[in-house]
Amino acid sequence: MAAVNTVEILVQTAVSGLLWGFIFALISVGLTVIFGVMDIVNFAHGDFLMVSMYGAFVLYSFWGLDPLLSLPLVVAFMFGVGVLTYRLLISRVLDAPMLAQIFATFGLLVFLRGAAHLIFHADYQSIKNPILSGSFELFGVTMSVPQVVAAVGAMVITGLVYWFIMKTETGWALQAVAEDKEAASLMGIDSEWMYSLAWGLGSACVAIAGVLLSNFYYIFPEVGVMFGLIAYVAVALGGFGSVTGALVAGVIIGVAEVLGGFLIGPEYKYVIVFLIYLAVVVLRPKGLMGKA
Amino acid sequence: MLLEVKDIVAGYSGVPAIHGVSFSIEEGEIVSMVGANGAGKSTILKTVSGLLRPERGTITFAGQRADGLPPHRLVAMGIAHVPEGRRLFARMTVQQNLIMGAYTQRSEAERAETLAEIYEIFPILKERRTQLAGTMSGGEQQMLAIARGMMSRPRLLMLDEPSLGLMPKLVTQIFELIRRIAARGTTILLVEQNVREALELCDRGYVLQTGKVVAEGTGDELLGSELVKKAYLGL
Repeated sequence: MAAVNTVEILVQTAVSGLLWGFIFALISVGLTVIFGVMDIVNFAHGDFLMVSMYGAFVLYSFWGLDPLLSLPLVVAFMFGVGVLTYRLLISRVLDAPMLAQIFATFGLLVFLRGAAHLIFHADYQSIKNPILSGSFELFGVTMSVPQVVAAVGAMVITGLVYWFIMKTETGWALQAVAEDKEAASLMGIDSEWMYSLAWGLGSACVAIAGVLLSNFYYIFPEVGVMFGLIAYVAVALGGFGSVTGALVAGVIIGVAEVLGGFLIGPEYKYVIVFLIYLAVVVLRPKGLMGKA
Repeated sequence: MLLEVKDIVAGYSGVPAIHGVSFSIEEGEIVSMVGANGAGKSTILKTVSGLLRPERGTITFAGQRADGLPPHRLVAMGIAHVPEGRRLFARMTVQQNLIMGAYTQRSEAERAETLAEIYEIFPILKERRTQLAGTMSGGEQQMLAIARGMMSRPRLLMLDEPSLGLMPKLVTQIFELIRRIAARGTTILLVEQNVREALELCDRGYVLQTGKVVAEGTGDELLGSELVKKAYLGL
């Protein structure tokens, strides 16, 4: 009996890790799209997640809008935030030394986090009784409804982003700008437009993850810290700029974190994540699906 | 006059590479610009296509001021620049590269027509259309680069050293190709270190030295001139 129990718990844990993995993947896809097109790491990426969660929270608190309904609003808003971030901030440091680029997005991180503390204080908030709540059982495994929806949503969106980049002409133009900005401009592709699009798209991805997450996760000014870090690890593990890499890496990290936390001890779960990261840096710096 | 360049000064990070260059191209002409490495040939093309902003001087294309405009606007106006070193999108297929070349052409039907035409001129590219551009041979890559430049249906096609790094047999092929493209009515500005072939091909030519035009004339005139004979043909 005891053995069966352990297996059951292991399966349950693995499934939970898998569900988290897809959400990590979507957050990472947002980061990798921006990096892939313009070689700039958005250090405020986790805080874009935080802003999206607060967006859902505000729409819920003031207008009673369920996250499921506010999703398009928050996503559209964050697409705009991404575009504006590029236009107002990033475009000014595009040709600047890398350090200036790092400080630009790092400054944005400090600003957003500070603003969240100022407006919402450090309290943990949550959205009570969203439409997506409760849990169900499948093959003896209990799954939370909002978490499954978030994971499935993340999977679908990741697939859509992949399709957009690989199969549409605008996606090819993004790839062209990523590979050789000057040559792309000689094709008539406006790189400013493509960079704006990449930032809008990346921010929209993280917004979807944030809103879906707000259904079942606490909302607080520092919520982006760990998600942001995990996204950097996933992007490094998957290969900078690779959407499929980010997906695979996100899932690996989700499973490793939850399963490792269960097998070794919850206090070590992030240790495992960052050990994976260190191993990647040492053994395969270009990542699982990196190009070079 | 299709292109009129007057007294342009341009270069890199404030150091001019061309000092007051003027030249012009009539519709339907093949114009060659020859000179040694570092004479400023590529800089001229980059300035005309908008990759570099001239510090001084004016560029007029088809009656419109063209200096200072960004490259993507100039492509839409009808200038195509096939850069030195081909600059293909190596991780994309041949066909994707060609479609990127037609990015400014919004009509789906027109684009399909252009693609069919290009495949007629370059049958090898049709055969290889699903191959990644980076995996082709140097000669095939150069053909793709030229074909990609033609996909925007330019009025002026500028080619930067299309024979660079190719074996002699392929060089002859590329020059033959340029002749055929010109015969179809596209105006061509060719930049070359391969002085003899370039001057034999062109209607008119310019000789560049250290960022200045030092001679101009018809191809035959230049080939017969003492300057070209001595400095470039080793006669």
